[in-house]
Amino acid sequence: MSFNIPDDRRYLESHEWTEERDGTVRVGITDFAQDELGDVVFVELPDIGDDLDAEAAFGVVESIKAVSDLYAPIGGEVTAINETLFDAPELVNDDPYGEGWMIELDADGSLDDLLTPEEYEEQIE
Amino acid sequence: MTDDREPTMTGYDQARWIDGDEPRYEPLLSEKDETTVEVGGDDGPLPDDLTRDDLTLPELSEPELARHYTRLSQMNYGIESGPYPLGSCTMKYNPKFTEDVAALPGAAVHPDRPDGTLQGTLELMAHLQDYLARIGGMDEVSLQPPAGAAGEFVGILVAKAYHEHNDEGHRSEVIVPDSAHGTNFATAALAGYDVIEVPSAEDGRVDLDALEAAASEDTAAFMLTNPNTLGLFERNIEAVAEIVHGVGGLLYYDGANLNALLGRARPGDMGFDVMHYNVHKTFATPHGGGGPGAGPVGVVEKLAPFLPAPRVRERDDGFERFDPEYTIGKVHGFEGNWLVLVKAFAYIARLGDDGLRDASAKAVLNANYLAERIGYEVPHGPFHHEFVASAGDQDAADVAKRMLDYGVHPPTTKWPDIVSEALMTEPTEIESRDSLDDLAAAFEAVREEDDETLAAAPDRTTARRIDQTEAARNPRLSWHDLAD
Repeated sequence: MSFNIPDDRRYLESHEWTEERDGTVRVGITDFAQDELGDVVFVELPDIGDDLDAEAAFGVVESIKAVSDLYAPIGGEVTAINETLFDAPELVNDDPYGEGWMIELDADGSLDDLLTPEEYEEQIE
Repeated sequence: MTDDREPTMTGYDQARWIDGDEPRYEPLLSEKDETTVEVGGDDGPLPDDLTRDDLTLPELSEPELARHYTRLSQMNYGIESGPYPLGSCTMKYNPKFTEDVAALPGAAVHPDRPDGTLQGTLELMAHLQDYLARIGGMDEVSLQPPAGAAGEFVGILVAKAYHEHNDEGHRSEVIVPDSAHGTNFATAALAGYDVIEVPSAEDGRVDLDALEAAASEDTAAFMLTNPNTLGLFERNIEAVAEIVHGVGGLLYYDGANLNALLGRARPGDMGFDVMHYNVHKTFATPHGGGGPGAGPVGVVEKLAPFLPAPRVRERDDGFERFDPEYTIGKVHGFEGNWLVLVKAFAYIARLGDDGLRDASAKAVLNANYLAERIGYEVPHGPFHHEFVASAGDQDAADVAKRMLDYGVHPPTTKWPDIVSEALMTEPTEIESRDSLDDLAAAFEAVREEDDETLAAAPDRTTARRIDQTEAARNPRLSWHDLAD
């Protein structure tokens, strides 16, 4: 089975994706992660204004099979959260790279050290 | 022939207590003035928008009602329907005589009375404290915590109070093995500790090297159950105790699996300092469902001054309640869930030493017999009271659903995750050989079936496959929601 791994993002070993968008960094979980989790039923996100440390847990995603922490790819202040997920957690399954995004960060560093799409693909093979 | 005994309390006698020198009585229901409870109106205690004049209650005949409840009972499956090998949960039959004992009028006296009027109650508590201490190899026991998880929390609070009393309040970590029950992690976190998880070794037991690396002067306690979640005895328990005690930490025993050791080995002798007892698993009190439970806590001598208050002790002139010197305080109303404790006492007293030893022997024998009889791969072993099989290429959750079609309750599935597609199975000591053979036959029938059949199961039960996703995303929490 092959999973969608868009070229325009960077990835974490813990299956989060990051995307630079006009000075902010958007974060979500990968197609592989949502498939492993199964139907997502609940998402817990930080508050806007929270300061996150790189690699710290910033939220929780719960499926019918498992509960997993979400990890920040990079430090920074939370500038937006996807509140739609509170009522429609299925978006994480249906559109993990689009409507299923989770938070936006005012990042205080570079994404260059994160996994490239090729490196992430190798990891999940 | 005449009966010249003193009249005894019967049925629903009036509660009576002593107020100063005066005996006082709780009024009978028929004596209570109905007008004392007012609702609504200008002077009533409730606001108008919370009161109503009409109430539509369903009007049913007695046969209709009887059929309704009979039908509900037939839709259900419980330990009185058949085997219930739900691993880790120890689903034991509750002998009816314990209910009889708990229903005796003398068992239900109000606890808010002077000790002198409660001697029978206090004597039973003192004996139960003593029984539990002897069974666990502990020095002192508190009966107060109202459930296993509550007992666990109290045990860790006692450990914390002990460290703080000894100026060791800087200890900030509790170590938990990855095979531990989820409550261990929750307990440590709720008590304000950082949780350090250590992986299991290849043989499914505590990895001593990992424990040694994790243990430090920040370690407050290491929480362990023995035999562990895989049903394996922690053979290195003495070395574990040495490592934990070596850094000044305490060794916590999760009593969830004590039924495997009853009368044969004692946590206290293994080096554990504090433990809780799940009286519903180790003995036989009603189980789960959020109903009243009990989770007594046992400790070694040095922790006894920190136990919850009040405790019970024997004096020359009878039994009395007292507060331990540095008690963490009360953790439940009065003396805990008293009638549950009465049932645990009745069970222990009825079985005695030989009976308890027999219970643990049969629990272990039954688990190992069943593990031998099923075709699924069963890694590790030999076992104590439970084993974890692997469903292999099948989905463990589907296996469980299909087992319902064969008229038995399935094992716990997909946990612990150190065995893939885990089928965690605990038949308990109550099953006969015939019953275990039936259970094995159900496992075997399901093992032969294809994925399509499994995914469609159950199809012979009252309720078919529940849509877990829909239930989690859009729960219906009231009957009002059913109308939509």
